[in-house]
Amino acid sequence: MSERSIGTARQGGSGKLGLDPVLVGRARELARRAGQPVVDLARSHTTVSVERAVLRLAGVSGADPDGIPWVNRLVDAVVADVGLGHGVALPVFDALVREGVPDVTLLAQKAAAGSVRFVVPSGKAATAARRASRRAVAAGVRQVDRRRAERERLVRRYGDPKRRPWIYLIVATGDIYEDIPQAQAAARAGADVIAVIRSTGQSLLDYVPEGATREGFAGTYATQENFRLMRAALDETSKELGRYVRLTNYASGLCMPEMATLAGLERLDMMLNDSMYGILFRDINPIRTFVDQRFSRQVHARAGIIINTGEDNYLTTADAVDEAHTVTVSQLLNEFFAHEAGLADWQLGLGHAFEINPDVPESFRLELAHALLARELFPDAPLKWMPPTKHMTGDVFRGNLLDGFFNLVGAMTGQGILLVGMMTEAVVTPWLSDRDIALQNVRYVLGAAGGLHEDFVPAPGGFIQQRAHRVLGEAVDLLERIGDQSLLTAIAEGTFGIMKRPADRGKGLAGVARHEAAYYNPATEILEQVA
Amino acid sequence: MSGRTERSEGRESMTGEPGVGVVESGGKRVVRPYGDTTGDGMVQVSFTLPVPHDKRAEGAAVQLANRMGIDPAMLVHAKPMSDGFTFFVVYGRVHHLVDLDRVQVVERDFPLLGAKEVNAVVKQRLRRKLSVVGACIGTDAHTVGIDAILNVKGIAGEKGLEYYRELKVTNLGAQVSVPELVEAARRERADAVLVSQVVTQRDAHLHNTREMSAAFREALPAGKRPLLIVGGPRFDEKMTAELGVDRIFGRGTTPGEVASYLVHALVTDRKARV
Repeated sequence: MSERSIGTARQGGSGKLGLDPVLVGRARELARRAGQPVVDLARSHTTVSVERAVLRLAGVSGADPDGIPWVNRLVDAVVADVGLGHGVALPVFDALVREGVPDVTLLAQKAAAGSVRFVVPSGKAATAARRASRRAVAAGVRQVDRRRAERERLVRRYGDPKRRPWIYLIVATGDIYEDIPQAQAAARAGADVIAVIRSTGQSLLDYVPEGATREGFAGTYATQENFRLMRAALDETSKELGRYVRLTNYASGLCMPEMATLAGLERLDMMLNDSMYGILFRDINPIRTFVDQRFSRQVHARAGIIINTGEDNYLTTADAVDEAHTVTVSQLLNEFFAHEAGLADWQLGLGHAFEINPDVPESFRLELAHALLARELFPDAPLKWMPPTKHMTGDVFRGNLLDGFFNLVGAMTGQGILLVGMMTEAVVTPWLSDRDIALQNVRYVLGAAGGLHEDFVPAPGGFIQQRAHRVLGEAVDLLERIGDQSLLTAIAEGTFGIMKRPADRGKGLAGVARHEAAYYNPATEILEQVA
Repeated sequence: MSGRTERSEGRESMTGEPGVGVVESGGKRVVRPYGDTTGDGMVQVSFTLPVPHDKRAEGAAVQLANRMGIDPAMLVHAKPMSDGFTFFVVYGRVHHLVDLDRVQVVERDFPLLGAKEVNAVVKQRLRRKLSVVGACIGTDAHTVGIDAILNVKGIAGEKGLEYYRELKVTNLGAQVSVPELVEAARRERADAVLVSQVVTQRDAHLHNTREMSAAFREALPAGKRPLLIVGGPRFDEKMTAELGVDRIFGRGTTPGEVASYLVHALVTDRKARV
């Protein structure tokens, strides 16, 4: 299966860093210990966004005249009558049967008008509602399965990029109809993966906007219709180029589970989906995030979507040398949560970044050590290598050089996905010419040194090996400390990215509920069946 | 390959004193760009034209450069890009002069203090901690600016304001609404409010700042209003009056500069307040 091939970037099995396998095993075990209580928490809670995602799978679509999606109106109506803790599937499908309404979207419209009362059914009514909701959600999951099969077919037909890493490029004009020609041009110029950056602020919207959108702030709104339009356009380009061009968006923020669901329904190929990003950088409530994250990862697993995690972000707020081990810790946690949710190694685009201050002596060797450490710890994951941002200045000439060195580290350490760095980072949103120069930079480095990872073996006991061992050691120490308290406490105390995020604070907390005894979620049931 | 359509020597002697970049004439200090010889006026520009690469495109690039005041213009690089675009690099001479005495900038009008001095002045003369509230307002989620100034970590080797013992810092982070900011400022009895705006489209940073200053003016009487400071790469430092704030900091501002300004405006020279 072609999607498996991306996981085979394994660098000479025996390892170039001479990492102690016992220590690596211990790091994974500690990550499991730190993560398990969070999984237990996620399994015993639900959120408004998880329930809205269930309704989307059950076929609820569209929005009211004010642009509020019917899934929001329906969940709000159920919560007002019976609360969130039972899940919405039973009350909704019970009402559907009782009222004799033919479809769920129509029920949402009636509920919004106040003409439907919801109850938690029991006995025979509960059994009927259970069966009806499971049937409806199964149809949505089948649609996700069809989209996955379609991707596999297209990849077979058009083929994967001929070399690694895949070149990942961002477009973001705010207008989907402007994004499309830019994305197609970027693909023709060599991009293998197109990411459409979301409008600033979308992560804090507690609903998914509807329809094609033409206005955004520093990005384009993620909507089901925008997903569909862009995927269709890139299918055309894939055909033209004879290479399947992948599409990326964001399963993050308050609507993470719905984004994952829409991505599965519209055949997006990758989704940014970090276990802690929303908590640390958007001040979203930790419990809300972990519950939403587990559900979204179960959907990604089913949809064959590659997740991209966001470890690069820690390094933009914290020091990339002193805090290098927090990246390793986060990668290990992301891996644990991902496996637990059913994702395979080839779906783990674990993130890391070239963010060391270039004025630090031996900064390039340190970058090599960190990148190689990630490569060796996760040999079957298509690691996502992120370009410098923090130390990019208005000096575009120096920036271009720095991006060249970033590309070189990517080539030397066999990274899976390379996000193309822009010399105008921190200056302007990339111009057409900036993108062209950046791609020229990538092409030169990969053309001149693409196979260098075959020859590059750091000296035994030398600087790079020592540095990698030290970072791994510090990561294990930190995981031990986290294990002694708990991951939630560690996050509350500012262990990652220097942000302090207590579990009882943050945005979206009101939309979290503990499962009642009768809680039922047909989507989780179906998704966990195969896992 | 006709990558170079027009060439110029660009080296003929220009008015100006050899070895001195600034020309004094009639008491005026005048400069022009420097390539490798005083007075040569050489500049380099790059741009894209939405036309396919051919002779006409190159001619168009030279004509554009001429119109920009680059004459003669050397087109040194032309490369087709994407569908129907061409990227150009042009070197050439401009004849424009800049009179240094007529350049208007906001010069630093306060002494630069070290962290120790800042702490000492606040402790001795204010006799309480100076309260600072910071945030990114509007939809801007980019906290790099506010974090560089406030976080202990700081920037460019300089520690942020949280490091100053006598400053009490509340960093509200990203995407804070204006009412939330006003409320936090009131709660924290803020002496100063710092707002960062990094990512902006259609002048959102200006609208947000005006909204913010208006809200503070409405919520608090003149004497109780905290010092309002905004920062970000897109601001014009001269627009304080127009935006209703006390100070604007642009690109490259360090925490030390902000701390020194706070002490200057709030402690040592209170009348400096607008």
